[in-house]
Amino acid sequence: MKHITTLNAKNLKETVKKGGCGECQTSCQSACKTSCTVGNQKCENKNR
Amino acid sequence: MVHQYKSNGFNIVLDVNSGMVHLVDELTYEMIAAFPNMERDALVKSVCEKFSDGTPDEEGRLLKGEELYSEAQHVYDELLSMKEAGTLFSEDIYEPYVEEFSKRETVVKALCLHTAHDCNLACRYCFAEEGEYHGRRALMSLEVGKKALDFLIQNSGNRKNLEVDFFGGEPLLNWEVVKELVKYGREQEARYEKKFRFTLTTNGVLLNDEVMEFVNREMSNVVLSIDGRKEVNDRMRPFRRGDGSYDLIVPKFQKLAEQRNQTDYYVRGTFTHHNLDFSEDVKHLSELGFEQISVEPVVAQPTEDYAFREEDLPELLKQYDILAKYILERRKSGKWINFFHFMLDLSGGPCVYKRLSGCGSGTEYLAVTPWGDLYPCHQFVGNEEFLMGNVDEGVTNLELREKFRQCNVYSKEKCKNCFAKFHCSGGCAANAYNFHGDIHDVYEVGCELQKKRVECAIMIQAAQAQNS
Repeated sequence: MKHITTLNAKNLKETVKKGGCGECQTSCQSACKTSCTVGNQKCENKNR
Repeated sequence: MVHQYKSNGFNIVLDVNSGMVHLVDELTYEMIAAFPNMERDALVKSVCEKFSDGTPDEEGRLLKGEELYSEAQHVYDELLSMKEAGTLFSEDIYEPYVEEFSKRETVVKALCLHTAHDCNLACRYCFAEEGEYHGRRALMSLEVGKKALDFLIQNSGNRKNLEVDFFGGEPLLNWEVVKELVKYGREQEARYEKKFRFTLTTNGVLLNDEVMEFVNREMSNVVLSIDGRKEVNDRMRPFRRGDGSYDLIVPKFQKLAEQRNQTDYYVRGTFTHHNLDFSEDVKHLSELGFEQISVEPVVAQPTEDYAFREEDLPELLKQYDILAKYILERRKSGKWINFFHFMLDLSGGPCVYKRLSGCGSGTEYLAVTPWGDLYPCHQFVGNEEFLMGNVDEGVTNLELREKFRQCNVYSKEKCKNCFAKFHCSGGCAANAYNFHGDIHDVYEVGCELQKKRVECAIMIQAAQAQNS
C-alpha cells in the first residue's frame, strides 16, 4: 500500500558539490523589487 | 526540520533541509508529527488508538484493526528508511559551507540602473517618492551609463551573464540613453566574452511602437507595472494631474505581451490595505489576457493609510489560498497563468548557495543613481548611510560591502527555525532595515506572506502531480 508520494526528483544537498556558479538571475531583476523571492529562480549551471 | 500542513485536500510534508516534498495519507501525516519523539512500538500503538474507528487508505477504504496495525508498522519503517536516505528529518549540513562561500571573491553581476529619477505618474506608494528618491529630479547621462557598464564588466570576474535593469523613476523618460546603452553594451560583449541581459521596468505611459520593437529585440525581460482592476490601479497609480493610468496602459501592455508571445515579461502590481482582495486583481489581469503575472504586497510605514495593519494578515493569507485554487482551475480550463511568487521547480531550482546568500544586494547586485553613485540596491538609494561608492572609483565603502556579504540565512536569528528559509534566503535586507534598522533582522509581515506563498506553491505542484 502506498502511503507516501515524493514530488521532487532532486535533493537540495546534491547541489552542494557543483553549485555556486552564480550565473543565475538576480531575483530583483526579474519581477520582485520589494521582496526576496530566490527559490523560484532558474538554475543556469551548465556543469550540474 | 520538517514542516507539515494541510492544503486543498493534500497532506503535505516539506523536509526543509533536503527540500524534498512528500504527499502522505492521514496515517502517515500523524506518524510524521510524532516520529521525532516516539519509539516504534509506542508510535504504532498511539496511531492505532487514535484511528481506532479506521482511517482511509489511498482508495478510500477504511483501514482498521490488524490491518491498520500492520500498515502503521510498515509506515514507521518507511519513515526510518527515508530518514536514513536523507529525504526526511534530514540534518542541516550547510552552515559550514556558508563561511567558505562568503570568503569567495566578490563579483558584481547585476546593476539596477536608475536611468531617470523622474516619473510621469505619481503613484502613492512609490518608495522612490515619484521617482526622486528623496533627492532631486535627474536623468542619467550616457557618459555615466557607459561608466556603469564598464564598472560591471570590470568587476564581474568570470561571470558570463551580466544583468542590467533599466529602472527609475520611469526609464522611458530617458529613452535615448537607454537605447545607446544597449548599443554600447552589445559592442562590449564580444570584446569581453560577456552576455548582457537587459531588462526594463516601465509604467507604460510612454510605450509606443518604436519602443516595443526595440524592447522585443533587445530586452530579455520586461516588467510592466499595473495593479489590477481599474479602480484599484487608478487609486494608487494616477498621473500627477490626478486621473488614472489604467485606460492608457492596458492596451499597450496587451499588445507588448502578445508581441512577446506571452513569455519573458511580467505585469507587476502592488497590493495594499485598500485592495486586500488582491486575488481579484490577479484574476482581472489574467482575464485581460496576461499570462505572466506578479503582484506583491506593499511595503510601507504604518502611518500610511495604504499600509497593512496587523488585522489584515488573515485576509491576505486567505487570498493566497483563493489565488492558488484559481490558478489550478484556470490552467485546467486550458488558460495558462503563471504567478511569479508561486513558481517552484521541484526538479531543480537554484542551488543551496543561491538559497543561502539571497538576492546579492550590496555585493553581486548594486543600484546606480543618475549621477553614478552606487547603493546596495534600488531600495537603499537616497539613504546616504548606504552610499557604497561610484562608477568612477568603484565600491569604496568596503566595510558596508562586507556587512552585506555576511548577510545570509544563518546570520539572521529569526530565520533559523523557519521552514521557508531556503526559499526567501532570509528575506529583503531593505525591508528589514526599514522596519528594524538592521539588515540582519527580518520584516515579519513579509515573512508570514512568504511562508504562505511557499505553501501555496507546493500545493499547486501537488495538485498538478496528481492530475498528470
